[in-house]
Amino acid sequence: MKSLLRMEQIDKRFPGVHALKAVSLEILAGEIHALIGENGAGKSTLIKILCGALAKDGGTIFWEDEAVQINSPSRAAELGIAVIYQELTLVPHLDVGQNIYLGREPAGKLPGTVAWTQLYREAGELLQRLQLDLPLRTPVEQLTVAQQQMVEVSRALSMDARLIVMDEPTSALTGRETELLLARMRVLREQGVSIIFISHRMEELFAIANRVTVLRDGVVIGTELPEALDEDQIVQMMVGRDVKLLPEVRDISSISDEVLLQVQGLSRQPHLHSVDLTLRRGEIVGFAGLVGAGRSNLAETLFGITPAEAGTLTLAGERVTINSPQEAIALGWGFVPEDRKRQGLFLQMAITPNIVISELPRYSRASILNFRQMQEVAQDFVERLRIRTPNLQQTVANLSGGNQQKVVIARWLTLEPRLLILDEPTRGIDVGAKAEIHELIQQLANQGVTILMISSELPEVLGISDRIVVMREGRITGKLSREEATEDAVMRLAAGVRTATKETTI
Amino acid sequence: MKLKELFSIKKLGKQLSRASVIVILAMLVFLLALFSDRFLTVDNLLNVAAQTTFVAIVAAGITLAMISGGIDLSVGSVAALAGALAAGLMSRQGLSVLPAVLVALVCGALMGFLNGLLIVPGRMPPFVATLATMAIGRGLTLVYTQGRPIAGLPQSFTFWGTGEFLGLPALIWVMLAIFILGYLFLRYTRFGVNVYAIGGNPEAARLVGIPVKQRIFGVYILSATLAALSGVLLTARLWSAQPQAAAGIELDGIAASVLGGVSLFGGVGNLGGTLAGALIIGILSNGLNLLRIPSYPQLMIKGGVFILAVVLDMFSRPRRETG
Repeated sequence: MKSLLRMEQIDKRFPGVHALKAVSLEILAGEIHALIGENGAGKSTLIKILCGALAKDGGTIFWEDEAVQINSPSRAAELGIAVIYQELTLVPHLDVGQNIYLGREPAGKLPGTVAWTQLYREAGELLQRLQLDLPLRTPVEQLTVAQQQMVEVSRALSMDARLIVMDEPTSALTGRETELLLARMRVLREQGVSIIFISHRMEELFAIANRVTVLRDGVVIGTELPEALDEDQIVQMMVGRDVKLLPEVRDISSISDEVLLQVQGLSRQPHLHSVDLTLRRGEIVGFAGLVGAGRSNLAETLFGITPAEAGTLTLAGERVTINSPQEAIALGWGFVPEDRKRQGLFLQMAITPNIVISELPRYSRASILNFRQMQEVAQDFVERLRIRTPNLQQTVANLSGGNQQKVVIARWLTLEPRLLILDEPTRGIDVGAKAEIHELIQQLANQGVTILMISSELPEVLGISDRIVVMREGRITGKLSREEATEDAVMRLAAGVRTATKETTI
Repeated sequence: MKLKELFSIKKLGKQLSRASVIVILAMLVFLLALFSDRFLTVDNLLNVAAQTTFVAIVAAGITLAMISGGIDLSVGSVAALAGALAAGLMSRQGLSVLPAVLVALVCGALMGFLNGLLIVPGRMPPFVATLATMAIGRGLTLVYTQGRPIAGLPQSFTFWGTGEFLGLPALIWVMLAIFILGYLFLRYTRFGVNVYAIGGNPEAARLVGIPVKQRIFGVYILSATLAALSGVLLTARLWSAQPQAAAGIELDGIAASVLGGVSLFGGVGNLGGTLAGALIIGILSNGLNLLRIPSYPQLMIKGGVFILAVVLDMFSRPRRETG
């Protein structure tokens, strides 16, 4: 078959991250090419470069063996590349027809005008051809997520593109809609259209892909025929990586059987479905899963940020309800959010106020703050957590990521929490500081604090958790002991390989 | 037929925000007719419509900026600057009407271009950028007029502010022309459709290849040009250019847009609603005058109406789920 697209030695750096390292990818005319990898492997970055939404730092793109510059989305569209992004790119107030032809409205008789009648007629014909039942003149904000996804698909198919990139197009579709989409893709392939298909669902890859390319940490691990691989090998290619610096395994024989928190049937639509969970005192429970599996939603619901719609919480033998973070804090819980800069820190303020701000009444008399006492407390934590800073007056924005995270943790420690929820505690933190935070987490657990840690880094979850809980699509799909938890086992549960639940309707 | 379309059951939901503005308008007219026997006379109504022209044209530009997801606060200063420039060119330099007005409009367009420069390559939020050019525009006006009115304008110019054509004030014709053209522009041109897309989801607009930067420039140039036209007409109406002309008109223009259903968050609105909103503001001022309410407390009432408009806007929209 003829080569349609060749990306050669593509390189891309972001501040602090080498996202793509000399990545090469070839797409043949009329093939469905699956692109897979863990979160953060570089798939989305590669796609954004291909469609002109991001500039590459190095490498060449060949379109039908000719070197091309793709420096804008419209240039990509000109070549015949259409993209269905993971995040929907619809305009909520505009209707289905307008969204399908967004930016490509058919020209009317007068220059610069839009031929609306023609637009709606063509949109109607297109939907009929695709056998899609969508209301043409309804604003897309009134559609379900699945319907919106189909609008997005229709848009790409309306472009008569030669290469369609689909970034997890089925993640929000029901079984019937997914089958319909896969059928559409096969028809397109027969017509000579090439498709790059990103999906976490193994069964889809095997059902439809001609070839599979695996990305890991910004490097192509290999391009293979799916017939030549089994699920095990794919998982191995996706996760296998060098052993990293991890703390020594903690002695867990001493963990008491004392139950701190019992969660039953915790639900909140559409992200959480009947979650059951038991957390013991002084235990580190790691939460693994793909992005969007509902782990952060669980954390936010437990902490009262998005209160639960159903389910019960039993804390140390007593039924509790939590409808706001204040209530969670009053019970002795702490929450270190995923996005520390946006949700966790007062970036423009100094270290001291950032550490003591949760407990100001403790440092004040008649509402007048005692600055000396605040400084002493802050100094104590700076030393205990080894926060590296010239002085306490330093603005938090100027600290490194690891030290910023320590400040957030220190703030919770001033409250002497019983339960600490950590969402991606080491994201974007360099290796050295990472190890220190791992150590700190273990120390806290040894002192009897229960730790609920969410992390998308498997080695981290496996390395420091006493138990591992895996989530997928808002449900818990597995609870593993340290011995049972291998990368393979966790990835299978996270991607739903063996469970093979046919469908979860949203 | 417009009214029938407005109240047809099928479109009722879609038109709700515009319907509410029509209801407010009708109630206002009813109340004023009840309390003042001078309100519902042909003379007075034509007068109100003519007076509304200035706010309405400015509001058309603000509506465009708001649909694109921005705002234009510089309109009052741009109006004053253009009005003064037209007057100065005619009375000081002795230019004839057409070139003087054209230069004034181009000057307005340049102010809009400046806004575009600050917002697009300068990456300043529209609120801040146009607040700065608002001050700059007023300063330029004061320097050019030396703080004094410019009078001595030819009658062929003042006709546009005070004359009549086919039985209606010329101002009303201009206003109608602008709104009909503007309505068609927003609805039937690529540019107009793109502006809705940009305001509704800027990232999506960029990714489907809409020339976002170019369009934003266009929006602010159009808005400022409309403001300049309003200022020129105001000068014609007053037979002179006032250095403090159109001060605070941005408040009326934003209020008219919001009353007319333009979203504060971009992506939603149309000029029909804005025209109705501007008429509410105009009728309100007129009514308060007829009821002999002094001008100082009038401002407080206008502020109250503005709050009401914003509150209506927030309640008429479904709240978005966060997270």
